[in-house]
Amino acid sequence: MRMHLLALMSAALMIAPACKRESRDLRPTQAVSKTEGGVVLSTLFAGGVPGAITGTLKKDQENAYAMNEGKRLFAAYNCTGCHAHGGGGIGPALMDAKWIYGSAPENIYATILEGRPNGMPSFRGKIPDFQVAQLVAYVRSMSGLTGGFWAPGRDDSMQVKPAESTMTTQQPVRAQGAPAP
Amino acid sequence: MHEALQPPSRNVLSSSFFSAAACALLALALAGCRERAAVAARASADAASPASDGDWPMVGKDYQNRRFSELGELTTKNVARLKVAWTFSTGIPKGHEGAPLIIGDTLYLVTPFPNRAYAFDLRNPGGPPKWIYEPQPSAAAQGVACCDVVNRGPAFWQGKLFFNTLDDYTVAVDTATGKEAWRTRLGDINQGESMTMAPLVVKGKVLVGNSGGEFGVRGWLAALDADSGKLLWRAYSTGPDADCLIGADFHPYYEQDRGRDLGIHSWPPEHWRQGGGTVWGFVSYDPALDLVYYGTANPGVWNPELRPGENKWTAGIFARRPDSGQAVWFYQWSPHDLYDHDGINEDVLVDLPIGGRTRQVLGHADRNGYFYLLDRTTGQVLSAKPFAPVNSSHGVNLETGRLIPAEEKMPRQGRVVRDVCPSAPGAKDWQPMAFSPQTGWFYIPHNNLCEDIEATDASYIAGTPYVGVNVRYHAGPGGNRGAFTAWDPVAGKPMWSVSETFPAWSGALATAGGLVFYGNMEGWFKALDARTGVVLWKFQTGSGVIGQPVSYRGPDGKQYVAVFSGVGGWAGSVVSGDLDTRDATAANGWGAVMKDLPGRTSKGGTLYVFALP
Repeated sequence: MRMHLLALMSAALMIAPACKRESRDLRPTQAVSKTEGGVVLSTLFAGGVPGAITGTLKKDQENAYAMNEGKRLFAAYNCTGCHAHGGGGIGPALMDAKWIYGSAPENIYATILEGRPNGMPSFRGKIPDFQVAQLVAYVRSMSGLTGGFWAPGRDDSMQVKPAESTMTTQQPVRAQGAPAP
Repeated sequence: MHEALQPPSRNVLSSSFFSAAACALLALALAGCRERAAVAARASADAASPASDGDWPMVGKDYQNRRFSELGELTTKNVARLKVAWTFSTGIPKGHEGAPLIIGDTLYLVTPFPNRAYAFDLRNPGGPPKWIYEPQPSAAAQGVACCDVVNRGPAFWQGKLFFNTLDDYTVAVDTATGKEAWRTRLGDINQGESMTMAPLVVKGKVLVGNSGGEFGVRGWLAALDADSGKLLWRAYSTGPDADCLIGADFHPYYEQDRGRDLGIHSWPPEHWRQGGGTVWGFVSYDPALDLVYYGTANPGVWNPELRPGENKWTAGIFARRPDSGQAVWFYQWSPHDLYDHDGINEDVLVDLPIGGRTRQVLGHADRNGYFYLLDRTTGQVLSAKPFAPVNSSHGVNLETGRLIPAEEKMPRQGRVVRDVCPSAPGAKDWQPMAFSPQTGWFYIPHNNLCEDIEATDASYIAGTPYVGVNVRYHAGPGGNRGAFTAWDPVAGKPMWSVSETFPAWSGALATAGGLVFYGNMEGWFKALDARTGVVLWKFQTGSGVIGQPVSYRGPDGKQYVAVFSGVGGWAGSVVSGDLDTRDATAANGWGAVMKDLPGRTSKGGTLYVFALP
């Protein structure tokens, strides 16, 4: 009996994070990013490093459902047209360690919303906020920045690259003193 | 400044072409005939360009697009001594697909984005530019350039240099001063349009077309007044006949191309508005027939299941009147294109002995793998022979003119179709071939690539790609990814072929010294014996060569050969765009197949000019 209880308890312990892994936020807040005081585009901070981000944008960084949705949306919004499946093309590769405009969630969030001067279009007003957050989580999973536990493990279509969950973290080059992404 | 080319006399052109080609056939038997052919060929070119045979006045050298230089100082005997005369760095590490123009004592070039134009005084080789003109295109235009930010060169006419900017302007620059004469906006990057092609000037009209077939744009060719930049006419490749300038003059050879508003009815409702058929290749012109020829690109959205119908007037060729733009005939290389097989490859106008008489033909090596000879007066297909491995079709029906697709290789939604040959970039992409009237052969730089393809959903979002396939390329039979092939158009077979590790993505040049030139993506620029294919000389330029080689006579009377070095373009964007080749679909399919290119070359952007010491 005691043995059984022990087994049950350990099974429950194992399942607990797995439940969280795919938890869904059915009513995401309006302001998904909660990047207080606006989005920071530099890794150099006058007067010290700011606090961490909050909200859905942060939560989605540790959520398999968000990342899988992001992966679906990455094709649906034609991101694949320029960035392929992470290898790049018209736009830069996203599965490597090079980041022109920053690898932090708020940087990628800003890139999608605002666009960038050398050809990245602005999707402001075109993609719902909570989907942008899902795209951000997926984009970061492409180079292993979110860790394999949350990242998609397979493709629904032709397998054309290593699965996101198998990517070792491609550590972006950071300026000294900047916060870890 | 020199004036524009005079239209050649039709009779001279025809008869000399005939004797040149006939002699080429007999050359094996009669040694002396070769010389006469060469003389005849020279006579014809003199007629085409009486005062300027040492110039290279348009990217294809002449209206026929032959890329043949009459200069004979460089020969099979002395080319081994060829040396660098001078160089110029553009400072732009992107694909250099352009050709310099040489008119009189001046060399003109246009760079990839940001599309700077330069003029160099050839009396002072290696000296600083006479002038630099910066059109300052919008940086955002880089986001709608499907295949690197290339520019395929300028055009020249009566003291003006014309070229297109990536953000959809055609500009004219006064060649004496380097000052802008006019600029005309023709497209919108927010619709996914860009401009990369080299204009052609015909009868005072600057002919230009758009790019953006991967963005669901609507293709067109436009004519601008060379003096003012005013838009004279614009012929769309999809939509109503009135937009396509299809009217009373239109007499296509084949039945499937006759009917009202086929540019609407051969599409699902309204799809023609995103139908592609862009015009980004080279335009040619026959002054005697007064017809311009150009190809239309792939239909919008690659996934063919999303656009049932023949998708007119994409993946085909138009013959039009330069004055009115009115269409005279059309032929569709790839009806309902299945594989992104743009029909834009150059049409080279030659006269050849076919079936016992001289025919006015055009030669065209299509992405779909067939080398076509068309009667350029009517659009009739005279022959279509594969010049590279093909399994996606079973040939061309010469009765109906129809390509016969292979059922088992058709892309399907949700299914991976494997080993389709040729791949999306085709048996030959943009890289322009040359024709030598001495041999009567075409010299074709081309690809040897097959692909796995899976059709997927596609969303149309203006200004973003509209593709709907997952695709990855691999080397075709033999393992070499490219080749440079001499092609006998009358026999319809290769005479020799040189294998290349990577796709042969540069243009070709033929010269009267019995030579052909091209460069490879590893950076080697080569001279070959036009008859045998033996490599007689090569030079490592430091970056992959994807430019169009040209030849000219300098003010010192010497023969020069010039070419851009600077890897990139669609095939080379793995290097020029720092792509990650772990993704086989990088650059729409090039990732895996080019994974060794970054180890074999690096970015560059230099004009090389060669001469005998």
